[in-house]
Amino acid sequence: MSSVNIVKAPAGVEGSGFFATKFDEVVGLARSHSLWPLPFATSCCGIEFMATLGSHYDLARFGSERNSFSPRQADLLMVMGTIAKKMAPVLRQVYIQMAEPRWVMAVGACASSGGIFDTYSVLQGIDEIIPVDVYVPGCPPRPEGIIDGFNRIQDLVRSESTRRRNSEEYQNLMSLYNIQ
Amino acid sequence: MIENQVVLDLLNKKFTDEIKNVTEPYGLLTFETTKDSIIPMLNDLYTSEYKFQYLTDICGIHYPENELQLGVIYHVHSLQFNKRIRIKVFLDEKSPEIPTATTLFKAANWMERETYDFFGINFTGHPNLSRILNVDDMVAFPMRKEHPLEDPNRIDKKDEFFGR
Repeated sequence: MSSVNIVKAPAGVEGSGFFATKFDEVVGLARSHSLWPLPFATSCCGIEFMATLGSHYDLARFGSERNSFSPRQADLLMVMGTIAKKMAPVLRQVYIQMAEPRWVMAVGACASSGGIFDTYSVLQGIDEIIPVDVYVPGCPPRPEGIIDGFNRIQDLVRSESTRRRNSEEYQNLMSLYNIQ
Repeated sequence: MIENQVVLDLLNKKFTDEIKNVTEPYGLLTFETTKDSIIPMLNDLYTSEYKFQYLTDICGIHYPENELQLGVIYHVHSLQFNKRIRIKVFLDEKSPEIPTATTLFKAANWMERETYDFFGINFTGHPNLSRILNVDDMVAFPMRKEHPLEDPNRIDKKDEFFGR
């Protein structure tokens, strides 16, 4: 039987019958290992994502067993594929419907920059309409790449202050995109 | 199979002066006409004994070097005689207007909307001439040659990396 790895407790003070640590770190630890992704897959990157979810690569190992197809119950928006300009308001609406805290991952060249589709009908990167936390390069990226991007999201989640979403800096970021 | 000349003879009875530049690339009868005679001509083809009653396609084209820059191209098909012909109409780019073919073919509705969407050709009398494929708030007509090929908002494609 293989050994089971569990995450280490955050740094803290331990004594007889108690363990004290920072609330931020406990919340970050818990959140980072139960991210519910919302797959917004429009093309070939979505096919790679299907492989990422499958038994061989198994994204569920990282705590995202449940893929959410409702934005209300999702933590992470994974945009995989070309976003046409006509699709942009739909993607924006999905992002707005997600509850805070929310993260966004742009998977592949098209979602990150428009990719090879430098033309009148294609959005030149989803960061023109919504803020993006992690970009995964590749056309399409391999499942390992998507998993690595997911791990970088986990790092962000783990280290995020619980007050970040109320900060003025974050409000300014949202107002840049005319959200809220 | 009916010959191209048979169709031409039929049309020449009424439209002798309106038929120009007759060619037969790959055996497909192709000619130009004017915006005033296109609908009567399609009508006559529709009701003729050869029954050109299937509208395969309507599309646009832009030749910036020509005097009449914008074109509308009609492909009609006779299902009974398995005969296809192609009719071109060229329009002035400053006021590209042409009567709608929806009076004759229901199928022309979306084809004309698409041609309007990409080339800005106004089909007068169309029941709902609005954009069909592009975003509603687009102001340009992207298939016209003056429309830039690449998105000007893109900042990562620097000319020096592409040798230009």
